[in-house]
Amino acid sequence: MVNRAQPVKSGSGIIAAALVAALIFATLAAVFMRAEHGTGFTRADYSVLRFTLVQATLSAVISVALAVPVARALARRRFFGRGILITVMGAPFILPVIVAVLGLLAVFGRAGWLNQITGFIGLPPVQIYGLHGVVLAHVFFNLPLATRLILQAWQEIPAERFRLAAQLGFGPRAMFRQIEYPLLRRVVPGALAVIFALCLSSFAVALTLGGGPRATTIELAIYQAFRFDFDLARAALLSLTQLGLTILAALMVLQSAGATAFDSGPGRAVRRWDGKNLTAKLFDMACIALAAVFLMLPLAAVILAGLRTLPDVAGLMLWPVLISLSIALISTAILLLLALPMAVATALGRGAGLLETAGLLGLAASPLVIGTGLFILIRPIANPTALALPVTALVNAVMALPFALRILIPRAREVIRRHGRLALSLGMAGGPFIRRILLPRMRPQIGFAAGLSAALSMGDLGVIALFADPDFATLPLQIYRLMGAYRMADAAGAALMLLFLSLTIFWLFDRGGRWHAEA
Amino acid sequence: MLKLENCLIDNDGFHLSADFSINSGRRVAVIGPSGGGKTTLLEAIAGFLPLLEGRMSWQDKDITNAPPDRRPIAMLFQEDNLFPHLNAWQNIALGLDPNLRLTKPQHETIANALNRVGLTEYQARKPAALSGGQRARVALARALVRDRALLLLDEPFAALGPALRAEMLDLVKALCDETGATVLLVSHDPSDASRIAQDVIFVDAGRAYPPAETGQIFAHPPAALRAYLGADK
Repeated sequence: MVNRAQPVKSGSGIIAAALVAALIFATLAAVFMRAEHGTGFTRADYSVLRFTLVQATLSAVISVALAVPVARALARRRFFGRGILITVMGAPFILPVIVAVLGLLAVFGRAGWLNQITGFIGLPPVQIYGLHGVVLAHVFFNLPLATRLILQAWQEIPAERFRLAAQLGFGPRAMFRQIEYPLLRRVVPGALAVIFALCLSSFAVALTLGGGPRATTIELAIYQAFRFDFDLARAALLSLTQLGLTILAALMVLQSAGATAFDSGPGRAVRRWDGKNLTAKLFDMACIALAAVFLMLPLAAVILAGLRTLPDVAGLMLWPVLISLSIALISTAILLLLALPMAVATALGRGAGLLETAGLLGLAASPLVIGTGLFILIRPIANPTALALPVTALVNAVMALPFALRILIPRAREVIRRHGRLALSLGMAGGPFIRRILLPRMRPQIGFAAGLSAALSMGDLGVIALFADPDFATLPLQIYRLMGAYRMADAAGAALMLLFLSLTIFWLFDRGGRWHAEA
Repeated sequence: MLKLENCLIDNDGFHLSADFSINSGRRVAVIGPSGGGKTTLLEAIAGFLPLLEGRMSWQDKDITNAPPDRRPIAMLFQEDNLFPHLNAWQNIALGLDPNLRLTKPQHETIANALNRVGLTEYQARKPAALSGGQRARVALARALVRDRALLLLDEPFAALGPALRAEMLDLVKALCDETGATVLLVSHDPSDASRIAQDVIFVDAGRAYPPAETGQIFAHPPAALRAYLGADK
């Protein structure tokens, strides 16, 4: 690819990557300068670090352990609603954290459904705040992700392998040793690493369900140092710790092969001849049913509670809705302006490794770290809270960048490979190729990436919490404030709005991309 | 005359040497085993691949470093000759203006080309709604409106059945007789070569041999070609 004549140039992509790298390194440098005047690691900081590691480990192990039987059941059973269930399992990715937390509180909280049942039969109430709650919420978000990752691996096993196993009369034991175990050994480390990495930078879950000296993640501690004590030196020191952890986690993910669940559709159930007996069937069905109930119940709870109060809160939420929509749209525009040139440049193969690394930087530096850095950088020049909207949009765009690149790069590569020569011979290099061929052919992927980015930004409760003043709030932040004021019913109404807006904005972009698009 | 003087072509580490010339108006088949460099040869002539050494000229005008669209060349690829999101008419019109802003005479040119390949009724269809043969005709119609002196065919009809392929080759022959274009046709099948080519270029193991007259070369094939064709030829 390197010497071949190409219909597009990589210049603008390299500039975009350099801008992203400059933003991240500038914020890190700002943080670093501050940290030097700090007091060093305190006891409290150690316990924060320990909690962060413990909850991420537990979340990863439990999510994957539960996902293994669920994925196997989904891989070998065909039933009505299978496709829908697998599609729904992709939804937590764009589900606003605050909505899920409200749902989990309604089911598992002090006055939740579960405690009503256990109370009825005389058991002590289940406690959701603290480590339990944080891990529960992380499993809620990551069980579907782990299931999809493992299911994808199941579906990559050639059908012939199962026919051969059937011919050779494999029992469950042989099946496990020859097919399942090698598969799990290949895919489980990657799934563990991805979920561990995601849970390390958990902020919104820890903010709502954790807190206190015994359940604070580093991200939450950064926020607290910032918001309550305005101790920039401590925030900077914690940021550096967080950066070290995320880089470590990123290396782990890269080590264990980069499996992603983005491009896998529902897929077919592979035709298999094992697991025909009643026990296996019942076990599979129980796994699927339990997973479905665990994932659906909290959402159903939010929707039911939200419907009651929606008419009352809708009017109060006008400004937060408008602010959230503006941030989501601006963020998506920034994302596309960065991601498209970077995807094209990466597809051309010139310095592809460096470009992809620049894209991944967004994962390495957490939003709160970048937010802290931006705050330190902006403060001498302007009032940071006045810039809450553009800063949030920018940080959200950088956070969505790694995912967008994963979606856009393979397609850009394919379009250039398939149509590059023809376009060159027709004299369409540059503008005409981009307008007439590249963008129209990439429309489904652009729509999908834009939808993800908009929904992620819409539901984000991260950097906005650092920057917002009392008069300015996005919808997720407003919901958090309602929860803090113990107005749970109103929070549920607003959460229902947020859920609807996030899913709609994703659906509109994704649908718009695929509308009348040829394969 | 197309002239390749001591050319060494670089295709991502694979090298092909070529040193020959082709007279204007000839129809030349390029045959040889897969992986031998047939496509590399055509891609270099079309300007997609760089030369490490040597020079290339057309009618004594140097084209060694000319970009693909500045060469007197229209090329049909093995696949993806059409953009799937554009209809037949638009795919042909791109051959006249990459921005699709066409003058009235250009509209007529397209209508004539569509008529010539027998697709007037299908002009509003997108490639997915056309058969393999019809898609090949659209690509040929575009080559026709581009009106270039050299037509390079990199097995564009390979996926068609034998009868349809013969029909397309006859159409190419008829069209080029009208326009006087020089043709280079890559093929796996010696019978394709016999059908329309006056000369044959044999490409094998990183070397393109100079063209030889079709009847001659098949009657007395050199050793490497004999090995490729099989013992009974």
